[in-house]
Amino acid sequence: MIRRFGYTLKQAFLQVFRNKAMSLASVFAITAMLLILGLFFMIVVNINTAASMIEQDYDSIEIFLLDETTEDQADDLMKDIKDEPGVESVTYRTKDEALIELKSRWGDSGYLLDSLQENPLPNSIVIRIDNLEAADDVAAKAQTLEGIEDVKYYKETVDKLMKATNFIQLSAVIIMAFLIIVSVVVVSNTIKLTVFNRSSEITIMKYVGATNWFIRGPFLVEGIIIGILSAGVSLGVCSLVYSKVVDLIGKDLFAIMSTPMVPMDFMVVNMAWIFGALGVSIGACGSIISMRKFLDA
Amino acid sequence: MYMIMKGAKTQMIVFDHVTKHYKTNIGLDDVSVEIKKGDFVFLVGPSGAGKSTFIKLILKEIEATEGSILVRGEDITKFSNRRVPELRRNIGMVFQDFRLLPRKTVFENVAFAMETVHKKSKVIKKQVPQLLSLVGIESKAQKYPDELSAGEQQRVAIARAIANNPKILIADEPTGNLDPETAWEIMMLLEEINRRGTTVVMVTHAKDIVDRMGKRVITIEKGKIISDSIGAYKLEQAFAGHENMSDTLQHYRTDTIVL
Repeated sequence: MIRRFGYTLKQAFLQVFRNKAMSLASVFAITAMLLILGLFFMIVVNINTAASMIEQDYDSIEIFLLDETTEDQADDLMKDIKDEPGVESVTYRTKDEALIELKSRWGDSGYLLDSLQENPLPNSIVIRIDNLEAADDVAAKAQTLEGIEDVKYYKETVDKLMKATNFIQLSAVIIMAFLIIVSVVVVSNTIKLTVFNRSSEITIMKYVGATNWFIRGPFLVEGIIIGILSAGVSLGVCSLVYSKVVDLIGKDLFAIMSTPMVPMDFMVVNMAWIFGALGVSIGACGSIISMRKFLDA
Repeated sequence: MYMIMKGAKTQMIVFDHVTKHYKTNIGLDDVSVEIKKGDFVFLVGPSGAGKSTFIKLILKEIEATEGSILVRGEDITKFSNRRVPELRRNIGMVFQDFRLLPRKTVFENVAFAMETVHKKSKVIKKQVPQLLSLVGIESKAQKYPDELSAGEQQRVAIARAIANNPKILIADEPTGNLDPETAWEIMMLLEEINRRGTTVVMVTHAKDIVDRMGKRVITIEKGKIISDSIGAYKLEQAFAGHENMSDTLQHYRTDTIVL
């Protein structure tokens, strides 16, 4: 068993090495496809995270109070709202707390807020909703209350965002499926060329009684080696790019969107699995497809 | 027509009413024939008569339309494709155009057949020189096929064909590309292999060789066996010897072996 595997492995490496140009072409093709795939993956994962972060805001309604509204009046308002169906909790947030929170969101740029002479933020009541369907009613009710300046409520924005994310996800899946098919074709063509080169060998192998798997083995492993090489290269490039992007815009994005970027190590580990699995299966499928005609005859 | 003796252990290849139709023409038409263990059989006939069909059926490269084919007592028409490699390991093949691997040395060409059936490299290193000396080219082990004469290349091919000790050796016009003298040397080699117990089936057009060897000759024409007799390519002779063939088979063989 080990001897067979040794033979297969040796032959496969020999083939990859002897067909340097074609192997390289295959590696480039799969790498290109994995890179595009990786790009999509990185974008989609980040959009998903942002979307779910925003979705958490979705179940909260913030009521901004007029400056002249006193804390007692606010207490009454809170009691009213608390009785509404679907309301989970109600908290009072002073303008100072709001400013501190904003500062921390802005991060490094937070010092800009220090120059403000007075706090422009209003006091507010934050309502958490436990039942999303009730959000509309609660928001409508809050609008009618006295002593309030505005009701901040994300529903429409979030709906739009969700639609956009779903669309992006769907298109990403379609494009990825396309790319996978293309790379299987590219790899199978590459291997077909090596198979052509070795067709006399294969004929003789069949005459001396080699099993199909004995013949296929080295080509299969060749495909897998090409797949793994491509996965490695793509993972390296994607990790590098992602870490640069996080360095450059991660903090600004947090300030603007108030969501953090997906951490580097999470990204790398997941991409390693995805690229590895895809690379190996593309390589393996490619070689099996290209061998089919030769072995059936 | 040759009588089939069912159940005899000495049968190596048996065709029982085998018919092979191709899309537009007939390859073999209701052929029954029996080749015994240790036989040396010439398969002759004009091009397109069905000789290749006959060989391909034995190797299960193609499927018979009707009838059964027994190789070493087993009906290979019932074999699944999975068992084809096992079948072919018991059949050595020699071709007119040698079919050596150009980028491998003589040694590697023979070793290749052994690697295919997963022999240990220690065994391979020991057996290849033995095989090469059996076919008389032990000194050329490290040469590449294009550095050898045609006769030497065919010797390498024969060494490769018998590397895994097949019970049957099929030679498809092995002397077709050789001058008469070299051809005769190759025939002597095949006879030696046959003498060691391997059944040899040789497709040929070389009338002089067939006549000189004095072996069993099966003549195929238009998909049918038109004669099956000992000793000569000529059809008249074939028919003449047909009547008492089974009695004289042994007699002929012992008589005609030339060493």
